[in-house]
Amino acid sequence: MEKILLRNIDAPDSHTLAAYRSRGGYRALERALREMSPERLIEEIKASGLRGRGGAGFPTGMKWGFVPKDSPKPKYVVCNADESEPGTFKDRVLIEKDPHAIIEGTIMAAYAIQSHTAFIYIRGEFSFGAKVLEKAIDEAMQAGYLGKNILGSGYDLDIILHRGAGAYICGEETGLLSSLEGGKGWPKVKPPFPATHGLFGCPTVVNNVETLASLPWIIDQGAARYAAIGTEKSKGTKLFSVSGHIRRPGVYEVEMGYPFKRFLEEDCGGVPEGKKLKGVIPGGASMPVLRADEIDGVRMDYESFQAAGTLLGSGGVIVMDESACMVRAAWNIARFFAHESCGQCTPCREGCHWMEKIFRRIEHGEGRKEDLDLVLSVSGNIMGNTICPFGDAAAMPAAAFVKKYREEFEEHIRQKRCVVLAA
Amino acid sequence: MAVKFPDESLKRFDEIVRRYPKKEAAMLPVLRLAQEEFGYLSAEAIDYVARIMETPVAHVYGVVTFYTMLNMKPVGRHHIQLCRTLPCALAGAEKISALIKAKLGIGVGETTPDGKFTVSEVECLASCGSGPMMQLNDDYYENLTEAKVAEILEKLK
Repeated sequence: MEKILLRNIDAPDSHTLAAYRSRGGYRALERALREMSPERLIEEIKASGLRGRGGAGFPTGMKWGFVPKDSPKPKYVVCNADESEPGTFKDRVLIEKDPHAIIEGTIMAAYAIQSHTAFIYIRGEFSFGAKVLEKAIDEAMQAGYLGKNILGSGYDLDIILHRGAGAYICGEETGLLSSLEGGKGWPKVKPPFPATHGLFGCPTVVNNVETLASLPWIIDQGAARYAAIGTEKSKGTKLFSVSGHIRRPGVYEVEMGYPFKRFLEEDCGGVPEGKKLKGVIPGGASMPVLRADEIDGVRMDYESFQAAGTLLGSGGVIVMDESACMVRAAWNIARFFAHESCGQCTPCREGCHWMEKIFRRIEHGEGRKEDLDLVLSVSGNIMGNTICPFGDAAAMPAAAFVKKYREEFEEHIRQKRCVVLAA
Repeated sequence: MAVKFPDESLKRFDEIVRRYPKKEAAMLPVLRLAQEEFGYLSAEAIDYVARIMETPVAHVYGVVTFYTMLNMKPVGRHHIQLCRTLPCALAGAEKISALIKAKLGIGVGETTPDGKFTVSEVECLASCGSGPMMQLNDDYYENLTEAKVAEILEKLK
């Protein structure tokens, strides 16, 4: 398979402008600015079939198309580099090793909607990544890819690097915008959508790092070539971050539709010697876990994961072998969401803490018979009842763990102790 | 002692505010600057930021308490932030946590009496393929083993 997203990362000094340019970097931007109108660029990305890589999988070109062309207000593009979904570490690789691909993609997105100010919102903990990006932005500015009259095209753009300060919810696009406006990262009610009412109430496009980093290749090689990769509805390649009980953890670029079982066993080397696979979360901690017997025939694309009862999400694959306690795993994830809930909506603010508390007491031998139905009731009351998708993201994995490993949970309650880690 | 940016930081404050289309958007970088300058965000520091950002103190307080990287208490010179989220937990983060606490003689959220170390447990830092991991001030330390952690702590003591 030809690499699209990871094509540069192993080159020496891949983070520098010189290395990026020597590998064809910024060639696509030059072409876009010289030969393509903004409308034509949007059409090209629509034709590529590229879908947002942050988790929701919304078609990128369509998202751009929602931005009104005749708005008197300024327009903004925001690159979402707030990578915080547990099990996901792909954007960090791109930020540190191929920052110019992100910058080139950001310029293209901004040109497409005719924005003159773009932001890269990078999570606060990525100090090293922020330095790499800052340097790359300076280089791009010096070389005339940013600033006034880019490459003589008459088009102007500034990119502002903005560092977060530690809050998972700022990865949610409207939470991110609230944070960028200088406040708490509280998500906003949609509609209106950011495309019309985003940053400071102005038309705004928020795209994930990986989405933007895909753009230069698509424009350079053509939408048709990109659309020929992958499946009918899931085009191109996707990055998967693999962690947990697996022999070769890391970031992998995979053609959409690749067999999931083969990926885990052959590409990633399978679970450690002598152990059996117990479960795997395919799309980051907010997605439902799959039991070992559920991965047969599953393919790595949006539709196939959905048909299997989970979601592709951010592509954060967390593998658990038989040594993992599923009660403890569920508790760990519930604790994450209890800690990260922004507190705006009651079902999420209260429910996440309830789920954490219930899982904790089951794991510590204090579970009650009615606890499992209580978790399902709490998660069911969070689902669909919150402003942003965080509520669902907390509720779905909790319910999935209980439903799919119910016997293990019941055994913990019956024996009043952890039956896996004690063994 | 009245809390106030020295001239150098005031210059940086102006530069930061100028970068943004609206002054209010500069809140996080300004709070970060204040934290660098004053060590942590005391009530006086929050008052001061509210004044120079021309916004109510309650708003600044709301922002400071929302984000984990903004500290309202002093932290040690070496701030250890150990990831506790699932991938790191599966890789053995709990053992590493126990070791750090035993070596330093403090619990999570505490600072050693000499002010050298603070230990925090934090949520996912996007280093899941190389867990267990911790952030020590700005830097990531990955694929931690008990021996590796013991060595790091020994060097800093």
